[in-house]
Amino acid sequence: MKFETPAGANPIDRGKVVGRPLDRIDGKLKTTGTAPYAYERHDVIPNQAYGHVVGAAIAKGRIVAIDLAEAKAAPGVLAIVTAGNAGKLGKGQMNTARLIAGPEVEHYHQAVALVVAETFEQARAAAHLVRVDYARTKGAFDLAAAKGAATMPKGDEDSLVGDFAGAFAAAPVQFDAEYRTPDESHAMMEPHASIAAWEGDRLTLWTSNQMINWGKGDVARNLGIAPENVRLDSPYIGGGFGGKLFVRADAVLAALGAKAAGRPVKVALARPMMANNTTHRPATIQRIRIGATKDGRITAIGHESWSGDLPGGGPETAVQQTRLLYAGANRMTRLRLAVLDLPEANAMRAPGEAPGLMALEVAIDEMAEKLGMDPIEFRILNDTQVDPEKPERPFSQRQLVACLRQGAERFGWGRRNATPGAVRDGRWLVGMGVAAGFRNNLLQKSAARVRLENDGRVTVETDMTDIGTGTYTIIAQTAAEMMGVDIGRVVVKLGDSDFPVSAGSGGQWGANNATAGVYAACVKLREAVAQKLGFNADADFADGRVTSGNRSVPLADAARDGPIAAEDLIEYGDLHRKYQQSTFASHFVEVGVDRFTGETRVRRMLAVCAAGRILNPKSARSQVIGAMTMGVGAALMEELAVDKRFGFFVNHDLAGYEVPVHADIPHQEVIFLDEVDPISSPMKAKGVGELGLCGVGAAIANAIYNATGVRVRDYPVTLDKLIAGMPLSV
Amino acid sequence: MKPFTYERTATPVEAAGAAARTPGASFIAGGTNLLDLMKLQIEAPAHLIDVNGVGLDRIEPAGDGGLRIGALVRNTDLAADKRVRRDYAVLSRALLAGASGQLRNKATTAGNLLQRTRCPYFYDTNQPCNKRRPGSGCAAIGGFSRQLGVIGVSEACIATHPSDMAVAMRLLDATVETVKPDGTTRAIPIADFHRLPGNTPHIETALEAGELITAVTLPKPPGGRHIYRKVRDRASYAFALVSVAAVIQRDGSGRVALGGVAHKPWRVEAAEAELPRGAKAVAAGLLAGARPTRDNAFKLPLAERTIAAAIDEARA
Repeated sequence: MKFETPAGANPIDRGKVVGRPLDRIDGKLKTTGTAPYAYERHDVIPNQAYGHVVGAAIAKGRIVAIDLAEAKAAPGVLAIVTAGNAGKLGKGQMNTARLIAGPEVEHYHQAVALVVAETFEQARAAAHLVRVDYARTKGAFDLAAAKGAATMPKGDEDSLVGDFAGAFAAAPVQFDAEYRTPDESHAMMEPHASIAAWEGDRLTLWTSNQMINWGKGDVARNLGIAPENVRLDSPYIGGGFGGKLFVRADAVLAALGAKAAGRPVKVALARPMMANNTTHRPATIQRIRIGATKDGRITAIGHESWSGDLPGGGPETAVQQTRLLYAGANRMTRLRLAVLDLPEANAMRAPGEAPGLMALEVAIDEMAEKLGMDPIEFRILNDTQVDPEKPERPFSQRQLVACLRQGAERFGWGRRNATPGAVRDGRWLVGMGVAAGFRNNLLQKSAARVRLENDGRVTVETDMTDIGTGTYTIIAQTAAEMMGVDIGRVVVKLGDSDFPVSAGSGGQWGANNATAGVYAACVKLREAVAQKLGFNADADFADGRVTSGNRSVPLADAARDGPIAAEDLIEYGDLHRKYQQSTFASHFVEVGVDRFTGETRVRRMLAVCAAGRILNPKSARSQVIGAMTMGVGAALMEELAVDKRFGFFVNHDLAGYEVPVHADIPHQEVIFLDEVDPISSPMKAKGVGELGLCGVGAAIANAIYNATGVRVRDYPVTLDKLIAGMPLSV
Repeated sequence: MKPFTYERTATPVEAAGAAARTPGASFIAGGTNLLDLMKLQIEAPAHLIDVNGVGLDRIEPAGDGGLRIGALVRNTDLAADKRVRRDYAVLSRALLAGASGQLRNKATTAGNLLQRTRCPYFYDTNQPCNKRRPGSGCAAIGGFSRQLGVIGVSEACIATHPSDMAVAMRLLDATVETVKPDGTTRAIPIADFHRLPGNTPHIETALEAGELITAVTLPKPPGGRHIYRKVRDRASYAFALVSVAAVIQRDGSGRVALGGVAHKPWRVEAAEAELPRGAKAVAAGLLAGARPTRDNAFKLPLAERTIAAAIDEARA
């Protein structure tokens, strides 16, 4: 189905199943430990051996020699894989660095070897016996130092509208500041893990991966085999946040280990390897300039961002939202990319907007203060209903003003004291902050197969993944709505590369695109069923029956002679060119800052989201509160600490890389505005999984400023950056 | 993890004797720290002596009105003990500020005293560390050191001791009781129990080979207001950037000890005389001679401010 014109009325609008706050259909499996994750799939194939990865001990250089003798002789060892003995290896399209080092080492903890043994303990013990001699070469590890040599990345040209420099210079009120965001780790619960088995030339990988079709292709490229000989199966994923968009060393090494050992091999990355072996969100240095009239109209807005990556890598697109969020005739955004020899930088939940809004939305707060305006009123005054770079393109839906107004009322913004440091509650300095949330709605092709079974149940098959987001449930809701059956009559099968190719999970595009693909397949199935039962195309599917005029037949009758299947995909025309599709939110936060120690504790959070049709308010809310929690981490504690001498992230475990714990998370409230967006897809939905994070960090930083009068422009906002500006009068 | 042999012993003297007999042996009690270190091959004992069956799990009155805490009393039980909560509340609060409920259920009194540092370079076996591999150097000096020591540090090591419990015990003038392989016992004042790193940061305590902790004894209750303030980036389940244990009397006199700043719980008795003059004077005395890094220089003002918070809390 090609989606070329805005969606009209369709069966989804009935809202009998779609749009209801239904429990997850996989909830029981998850809460009883019976949803098997990749490493736990003991039943898929017998005789699994264990692989343990050895990571490079240097950031950059060369392996001079590897001595495997002692490791090979260790108890239980079956095989050892290195670049030297693995045969010719390729590189995945989605990988910047190779997944296996040798002889060149491109980053710290790049995989040097896989030791395969009978037991996990034997593999791990023997891995310590692999002796590697390195020749270290000098690398670049410091973004601030490398920034001067940064260049414009290919495909990310500067955006220039009007005369930014002139308008900024002429603006009666000017603001110019630099912000920094640190490297961050996805730190999902389930590490990267795979079980590999060969059957002749055919490889099966039971793995944990967000994008099955990308993964299938890149496994083939890494191993130099045909993609049709690769099967990936990833039905349950214990979190990804972008860290599992790409095939990583666990999958490729499990495949190589299984080949070398002549039997199935399972590999999980040990927690201390994840920060440096896999990808991370790169640090940024951002400069924002805003020029405005005295009454608060933006006349010039400029946003520049510097980030670093390995040679051939890409930038953190932190200026993205600044092209679209506020009005202003004269505009400039610019990305610059430095070469750094740190581990590979790549996407993490809301790449671009997450760190970009951490800067922009503080700058907006600072500018509002400079103008003597309420920061909400300043935002509303500069709202735009069209793409400010191409005013002929309206937003398909844009309810940012409503998000801000409703949020302000709900949160009690009117009670905020605009004077920083003015509100005390015992030892706590109390402040409120606000930020706009923004994330684009991305469109991806997505296919599905639906089948009406003999017993009237409906089976959906697609290689779409559920990374904890609730995909199983919204797909079941979509199929139930379309086929007019109870959700309990729908069986959803995901994550298998033998199924039709879906959008996958990333960029908050999964929900809208994957359900639209199921919608398309269901339209075809309805046609087939109607034909089989002798109905016209206008037949109504409801309550397990197909009805037209006076005639009504049980749906299951259509499959009496055997199941009926239909497959289709959703693909998109040029509506995205005519309309800008984005999602909007307001984030409100109240913090307390200990006046003695500078410790910040979040007291209340509110998100008001406008993101098209909300397919399941319960799972959507879970997505948003999870994202808000991640925002607390980004604002207050998360930072991969760089050792600038040796070039690695030092705090590479969950004791050193702190993410919020339950005690850090107070009451969180989420409001979804009523919205359907007929431009986005037949589902009229968009995504919320990243929107919930976008702007949270800035709202917290703004609340801390309101509480203390200290403006920190270098995340995370930890107490050491606050106390210097908080004189203690006892 | 390297393969190891394992035995259970029935009495403390047997355990100490077994340790003396077997080269490369370690005692294991709760195992909450040792097992992690073994998995990462930071420690690789050839032999484990399980002391969980040797008794030593009771809290009983000590002769002089104090309290004797068996070496194997679990952190959870110690924190919840009525006598501890009433007479040594700072100890209870320090315990509850540490780790998680699950870990406290397993972790023992002696094991808590013997925790190894959480310096990230100690945990990365690719990096030099004089504590892990004596003589290999210290990667933390000049590296990422935000969490590390500011006082009592050496050219060889700037690690901190991670325990909260030990800070409270230092404040309370606890005594560590031990038994040696030959059956003799001794009582080590806690001030002398943990060592500064000097040139031998791998030697962390005054314990001799095979010597087993049997109990920690607290002298009679000190009275006063008991305060434990642990400062960290998140609200729970993190090691202290700085912690302050304090007992403050009605007349403003009292005691103060710091955690998170040194290779051992940090207390300077002479500095406590300054308590009536306020946090600045106390901190100046406690931290005289501090040698922070650029990353952790904030710990000096933070310590002062946290002492101020404790004094403020005592007044409230």
